[in-house]
Amino acid sequence: MKINADTDRCVGAGMCALTVPEVFDQSEEEGTVVLLQADPPASMDAAVRRAVHLCPSGALSLA
Amino acid sequence: MTEAPSRPVTFPLVREHPFDPPGEALRWQQQGALHRMTFADGHLGWLVTGNAAARAVLADNRFSNRTELNHPPVAHPLFQEEDRRTLPGFFLRMDAPEHTRYRRLLTGQFTVRRMRQLEPRIEKITSDCLDAMEGSAQPVDLVQSFALPIPSLVICELLGVPYADREQFQRDSAALLNLDSSAEQMAAALADLMAYLHGLVLRKRAEPADDLLGSLAAGGELNDEELTGVAVLLLVAGHETTANMLALGTFALLRNPDQLALVRDDPAVAESAVEELLRYLTIIHMGPVRTALEDVELDGRLIKAGESVAFSLPAANRDPERFDDPGTLDVTRPPTGHLTFGHGIHQCLGQQLARVEMRIAYPALLRRFPGLRLAVPPEEVPMRSNMTIYGVHRLPVTW
Repeated sequence: MKINADTDRCVGAGMCALTVPEVFDQSEEEGTVVLLQADPPASMDAAVRRAVHLCPSGALSLA
Repeated sequence: MTEAPSRPVTFPLVREHPFDPPGEALRWQQQGALHRMTFADGHLGWLVTGNAAARAVLADNRFSNRTELNHPPVAHPLFQEEDRRTLPGFFLRMDAPEHTRYRRLLTGQFTVRRMRQLEPRIEKITSDCLDAMEGSAQPVDLVQSFALPIPSLVICELLGVPYADREQFQRDSAALLNLDSSAEQMAAALADLMAYLHGLVLRKRAEPADDLLGSLAAGGELNDEELTGVAVLLLVAGHETTANMLALGTFALLRNPDQLALVRDDPAVAESAVEELLRYLTIIHMGPVRTALEDVELDGRLIKAGESVAFSLPAANRDPERFDDPGTLDVTRPPTGHLTFGHGIHQCLGQQLARVEMRIAYPALLRRFPGLRLAVPPEEVPMRSNMTIYGVHRLPVTW
């Protein structure tokens, strides 16, 4: 599972960083999403899917 | 499935039980996610009661949040002014890309990490409030001694607004969100608040300060009017919301002693408890409105361009298709995505701050006063049924 993060769509709500801090962070200046792991281990699938679902702006997608 | 109501509904506001959504909204929800609704000005639009449909509309940029396009769900002076332009800085009422410009300036200030860095300060503010409460004659009003001062002090420090001026802006903020305020009271409160914060913005320009308004002033990307509008929005939003969650949440826990004991005794529960109280209580009493910019098909119905859509977020957060046993308060429920902070590009900017405040304040209160109890019968607690943000006017407690 590969994560795509569109920083142009991101509104910095922080739901991803709150849900899976091992995978997502926020930039200091703009608060937009920073991918710590674009291809996280399968054990994190459920948490990552939850973060993608919770993203309010549709900035996250899975491939 | 029963047939949807044959006549258009009106926006549901009457909560028969202090912690439950309006009964009408829940009954309509059983009949479908989308209902024809008559708005306060006679406009025939839509009401969303389902969780998935609410998410879909709130995240869809074919729906606008601009003031001048949205019809008022209930009669309210704030929506009845002749001139309903969006004021400079009121980014909550803007669409992309105008909204994006403001949001970008602010999101870096409200990240998960930054809010966690505030924890020690919020813990200190909380314990100072509890010290003062402990020294007061009982009963005390939990709103005035705990629920309001904590978020008020925190947002004032964060923005750089002198807390000593709180009497004025707390009064104005309450008047702005009171559905019973007259148009004159509303306009006066808004003018007061804008004049006060405009003065503060000018001071921040003159004397650089190490706070949010100071850094926005120094950044130079917003003019005085825009910065004043941002300040009004953040100050009002930082007050009424968390304050009402803390007071109403405490009331709900006092009425559910087994849940209260979990929050008090198990530090691991704090996080899910906050999300569950946000979901269960849904203090967004009169929620967002969006207006279709083009024809949109939703749930097998056609929402036509120009039609406004209102949302019952309390009902959407009790949707049985989304939550098991939605009418039960279960503080151990896994956090699953309620809509209390909204959804889409306008999802609450301050939500991570609110989470940190609640995660600290609820357990601290319950641990300091293990014998905390209502000082009046529960039915005598005055509910804020007439406010945009739901909660209690007062919560007399003893211990």
